[in-house]
Amino acid sequence: MPRITVTVDGIQYEEDVEPRLLLVHLLRERLGKTGTPVGCDTSNCGACTVMLDGKSVKSCSVLAVQADGCDVVTIEGLGANGSLHPMQRAFHEEHALQCGYCTPGMVMAAIDLLREDPDPSEETIRQGLEGNLCRCTGYCNIVRAVRRGAQEMGQAVSTP
Amino acid sequence: MTTQEVGRPRKRKEDARLLTGRTQWTDNLSRPGTLHVMFLRSPMAHARITRIDVSGARGLPGVVAAFSGQDFAAEQGSLPCAWPRSGDTVVPDHPPMAVSEVRYVGEAVACVVATDRYRAADALEAIEVDYEQLPAVLDMNEALGGSAAKVHETGNRAFTFKETSGDLEAAFRDAPVVIDRTFVQQRLIPSAMEPRAVLCDTDGDSFTMWTSTQIPHILRTMLALVTGVAEHKLRVVAPDVGGGFGSKLQVTAEEVLCLLLARRVGRPVKWTESRTEGNLTVHHGRDQIQHLRLAADADGRIRGLQVELLADMGAYLVLLTPAVPLLGAQMFNAIYKMDAYEFACTGVFTTKMPTDAYRGAGRPEATFGIERMMDELAAELRLDPLEVRRRNWIKHEEFPYTTISGLTYDSGNYEAATDRAMALFGYDKLRAEQNDRRDRGDPVQLGLGVSTYTEMCGLGPSRWFGDNNAGAGGWEHGSVRVLPTGKVEVVTGSSPHGQGHVTAWSQIVADALGVPFEDVTVLHGDTAVSPKGLDTYGSRSLTIGGIAVLKACDKVRDKARKLASHVLECSPEDLEFEAGAFKVRGTESQTTIQELALAAFAAHNLPDGVEARLDSDVTFDPENFSFPHGTHLCAVEVDTETGMVRIRSYVAVDDVGKVVNPLIVDGQLHGGIAQGIAQALFEEAVYDADGNLLTATMADYLLPSAADLPDFALDRTESPATSNPLGVKGVGEAGTIASTPAVVNAIVDALRPRGVNDVQMPCTPERVWRALEGVRR
Ligand code: FES
Ligand code: FES
Repeated sequence: MPRITVTVDGIQYEEDVEPRLLLVHLLRERLGKTGTPVGCDTSNCGACTVMLDGKSVKSCSVLAVQADGCDVVTIEGLGANGSLHPMQRAFHEEHALQCGYCTPGMVMAAIDLLREDPDPSEETIRQGLEGNLCRCTGYCNIVRAVRRGAQEMGQAVSTP
Repeated sequence: MTTQEVGRPRKRKEDARLLTGRTQWTDNLSRPGTLHVMFLRSPMAHARITRIDVSGARGLPGVVAAFSGQDFAAEQGSLPCAWPRSGDTVVPDHPPMAVSEVRYVGEAVACVVATDRYRAADALEAIEVDYEQLPAVLDMNEALGGSAAKVHETGNRAFTFKETSGDLEAAFRDAPVVIDRTFVQQRLIPSAMEPRAVLCDTDGDSFTMWTSTQIPHILRTMLALVTGVAEHKLRVVAPDVGGGFGSKLQVTAEEVLCLLLARRVGRPVKWTESRTEGNLTVHHGRDQIQHLRLAADADGRIRGLQVELLADMGAYLVLLTPAVPLLGAQMFNAIYKMDAYEFACTGVFTTKMPTDAYRGAGRPEATFGIERMMDELAAELRLDPLEVRRRNWIKHEEFPYTTISGLTYDSGNYEAATDRAMALFGYDKLRAEQNDRRDRGDPVQLGLGVSTYTEMCGLGPSRWFGDNNAGAGGWEHGSVRVLPTGKVEVVTGSSPHGQGHVTAWSQIVADALGVPFEDVTVLHGDTAVSPKGLDTYGSRSLTIGGIAVLKACDKVRDKARKLASHVLECSPEDLEFEAGAFKVRGTESQTTIQELALAAFAAHNLPDGVEARLDSDVTFDPENFSFPHGTHLCAVEVDTETGMVRIRSYVAVDDVGKVVNPLIVDGQLHGGIAQGIAQALFEEAVYDADGNLLTATMADYLLPSAADLPDFALDRTESPATSNPLGVKGVGEAGTIASTPAVVNAIVDALRPRGVNDVQMPCTPERVWRALEGVRR
């Protein structure tokens, strides 16, 4: 069984993993990081999105062995010192979650989107979140939250 | 001075946990020594099981046990149908694991219990099953014909139901206008984002089940009835639940089997579905063929409406299957006045996954039918679709109004909602643009879609359920405890899955008791903590559960008043209650509800006959449904060369009565509208000729993403409900009910000059293009 070293939310782990073990199952079932949920088995829903070396990935489509030597950030490791990340706060302010199942993945995808475009238009946000499905919100408030998140992360927001 | 909480856009208390991943989805939970369950599922739509051998799985690494349906035949019971609404309903035996015959692809035939999910998956492959294939039954019309194979011994007819009011024959006799149309409500897959999961633990003779359900209370009683496990030895917990939309309003095979498996192996067992399993085996929604006939006068006044439905039950009747299409029986006449109405429905068995409640349950189907007919009537008479509606709807001064189908609508104002929606939408300007594009022969045509809807929600009065042959009633429970320190703990029987009960109930309690919003907490979803309840569905949470909590507050206040008069040595009538304090009129003397809670806890000095603790317990049974309504308007651009439909704008003005939390109400509407649009444009469960589900994954079943939908413009009017003290009406299903016909009406409106008068849902580019080709030829 391959042995991997992976840093998750700032803590380094050494784990023996079956080659077929998915990263999301390593996180959830071995490391107890249940903040990242699973919504599908075809990498369509985005619920399982985490940051892998700073970029958002769907952790159900990454093998644990592929994360060897990598740095993973999950929703549980996002805020600093017990305070919320501005994007988490924006989701709260804009009522951008209902059941909350899609939320960790949405927040991760939204943050990654701003890495590429710190001042996204509504159109860009909608396109950028295409891989993350939400069944509760109809996306209206999620789009608003991402714009607010961008604003609060110190970026100017142009009018749409 | 406390500010009024009801009506305030309070941010949700629920969010903190959900935003940081400190969640308790069932699949996040585990008990020491938990084993994993996986099911082997039928690859055939209809077959006899001639041999099944699980022994190959038994010896494999990590496998603790493996069973076939035959191993459980004696103890697994039959999954319940609690609402055989029509007297002639046939309820077939429904074993949780198939014993001798399978009737849809995905039906469980065997299961494995192993130390982890990967081992369990491996072991499934070692199970051998021989099937003798039987003919699949997929088409409802064919199923009712004489030559079709039988899904059950009794045949393929599940029930028939017919109700007539008024003289239908007279209404159609010599009617100047008769519209005759057939609409298809395609089969949908509810697709809550959280897949179902069940964890069941046992200490030998009692059991605790955590499950992703909307109905912990109903489930507990049903599990006891089905399995024979004593009800008082069974606790059901719905922890965080990731969406439901009706799909988790069920007593599932997997819940029954996990309970039985925990009993067999004496250890905690857990099952989590894959999305593919979910698409195959979470009950589906809709699936009706609607034949409608409408008779009208030359000025557009409706004389009569005749509705004939075929409703696909799938292979079995699950919890509410036969009642769902019949929930539409009283809704096809909608907001319109007419002289005669007839509703007839036949429930049909097919070899597909059973259907059951899905967001709106029976009412979106009915609203779609009538709203499409109103547009066809308008087109026939060359009237504006809104004008036809105006000529027929109940006027605001006519409420309360008893409809032709026998419901009494307590309040509403269709004129106000419609006027506001038209203004917000820019109706006249868009019509002008439409005409311009038509004149220019623009390949991209504009279509305007109207939907003026109402719904019966807040299910519902227990007496009505009784009159309609349901197994249970429709009351709800609330209790309020002011703790010794003055903080308030509320228990609700309504078990949420994203609706924000904790926040909304806190607002209600804060106002009723004059305590800070932050001082209120709400407990729910665990039969040990919240022992009484009938759970969440049918937009009933606030209108029944919220009112039960309000009434529990009233009762607490009454008790507190008695205490206060004792403590302050005055008569109860001399006390006024304001901002959480009882004040003796005309004096400085007062005491707060918090102080009284401490006094009631200490119990040193209670008036005679008053028990210790400041708390109360109420069940509330509403006297009527509530009837939200509204007008939704949709503008679409349809590319006549490619069939592509783009929603250009969407406006919804809804009247949901008094609003407790506008943020939550808007959120519910957004989500509902998105789901209804999805039915109009994207979603359909498709079976092939052999009964295989072609849309078993999220790659094949098209759920809309943010990129597929526009922003929605919302506004409100307010006609308070008269049947409850808060005046609230319910909002969970409104968006879904209203939006589907608005979108399809818009598409047809865009194409009508080209001779198109219907497009079947989902209106994919191909369907739209084919509809145009059909008339081009
Ligand atoms: S669970 Fe990973 S994309 Fe759906
Ligand atoms: S909030 Fe429920 S799926 Fe997005």
